[in-house]
Amino acid sequence: MNEHKEPMNRERVIQLENVRVKYQVPTESARTLKEFIIRSVQNRGVHTQEFLALDGISLEADQGDFLGIIGANGAGKSTLLKLIAQVMRPTSGRVYVRGRVAPLLAMGAGFHPDLTGRENIFLNGTLLGYQRGDLEKRLEHIVDFAGLWEFIDAPIRTFSTGMNMRLAFSVATDLQPDILLVDEVLSVGDAIFQEKSLERINRYREGGMTTVMVSHGMDVIRNQCDRVAWIDHGQIRYVGDPGTAIERYTTAMHEREAEPAL
Amino acid sequence: MSTTTQTTPIYDTDRQRSRALYELIQVWHYRDLIYQLIYRDVTARYKRSVLGIAWTMLNPLGTMIILSLVFSQIFTSIEGYVAYVLSGLLVWNFFSQSTTAGMNSLVWGGDLFRRIYLPRTVFAISAVGTGMVNLVLSLVPLLLVMLVVGVKISATFLLVVIPIILVAAFALGITLLLSSVGVFFPDVVEMYQIAIQAWFYLTPVLYKLDILPDAVQFWVRLNPMVYFVDIFRMTTFYGQLFSWRILAVAAGVAALTLIIGWWIFAQVSEELAYRA
Repeated sequence: MNEHKEPMNRERVIQLENVRVKYQVPTESARTLKEFIIRSVQNRGVHTQEFLALDGISLEADQGDFLGIIGANGAGKSTLLKLIAQVMRPTSGRVYVRGRVAPLLAMGAGFHPDLTGRENIFLNGTLLGYQRGDLEKRLEHIVDFAGLWEFIDAPIRTFSTGMNMRLAFSVATDLQPDILLVDEVLSVGDAIFQEKSLERINRYREGGMTTVMVSHGMDVIRNQCDRVAWIDHGQIRYVGDPGTAIERYTTAMHEREAEPAL
Repeated sequence: MSTTTQTTPIYDTDRQRSRALYELIQVWHYRDLIYQLIYRDVTARYKRSVLGIAWTMLNPLGTMIILSLVFSQIFTSIEGYVAYVLSGLLVWNFFSQSTTAGMNSLVWGGDLFRRIYLPRTVFAISAVGTGMVNLVLSLVPLLLVMLVVGVKISATFLLVVIPIILVAAFALGITLLLSSVGVFFPDVVEMYQIAIQAWFYLTPVLYKLDILPDAVQFWVRLNPMVYFVDIFRMTTFYGQLFSWRILAVAAGVAALTLIIGWWIFAQVSEELAYRA
């Protein structure tokens, strides 16, 4: 599928319609059942504060798109990725995702330090929804890409962070997913591996993979994305040309820094 | 890889079938993960210890020796008391360990749940699966103890799979039910630790039900574990066939608990991602 680039009818793969995510944050320590019962009996009630992480977001991406998401910390970027990754259901609105999603936000999720690299490939791979049989067939390819043959039968606690990341990336992207979610992780690992992984992402993209990337690295965003959404306090302030998005975002950030905090 | 067009999964919050059914379909899709998690739990636990897998078998033997020493003077009427205790202890440990481990990973395993999608039930199932592996391994020391104490080993021992499956279903149901509460109030996990101690003594593991006064017996019989322990002991320790009536009660309780637990947990498990 990646080898020959036939013209694609670019289908809609991600569609968010007026999505809201509301967190309930208990204001007092009523997170225990004991506390809850005592408060209910005493008729004091449990007070919660609402926090709107996303407030009416509408956003879409087609096959082959490379969408960037920028915004300050706590603007709702990661929540947005979680909605697409199916980790979270919106409080209201609609989330439509078509295809197999590979979340790179979960690099190394579920790695077990006492198990070997090989065993962890199976554990991590199945956590991402692969079947054992497929992983067995792809094992050689996965280890090749990570360049970890020497250490593959050593417990993973002996691995460096970089080696962990290489293995995790290699497992998560061994097969071309329909949608790749990247959360600030490409900056990990040495320069050569970074280049190698970007090369793989770009090859998949030509094969029709859609990518959504959250990053604070404006250079990566500028170089990789063809569309960028700027999110601020749970709302979209701008979607479109990467240059414009980055400019508006950085200007707003500078202005905010200049003003005294509210 | 070109097959993706035919089997493209579609996730649409506007068009969701029943959550309980969706969870079931997803669990099937992630079945290999269940195997991996059990493998991880069984092996990783023993990788650093010299005794390795033998520890699984020695562990209940140690408890058995202590409990038998303490209680054998009180319950002198039970022949082969050591084997009697061990048979009850094995099935009880299976239940208490799987429920505790399952609740812990569902309620506290949040980091993973907040980062990637998984049918969360998988963690409860694998906890029960791990307990099942440990139980099956512990059947070896049970057979040995029965031989040593002179309890006749009968062919009904093979029927032990039936109580094992029933307890597994019941344990899974309880795990899911309590975890549904634990999603909102994590201290349920700690409360359960206290409750399970009491539950242990309300289950005839160390004693026989008929030593209790009739009035008390009536209430104790409302404890479903009574029937599971009974069936397990019938096939192993007593070497007899259990009655159809008891089997029906046990199977009914197990199935009902599992169905209710599954349904409720499927409704609330999404909340886990919202908990910071």
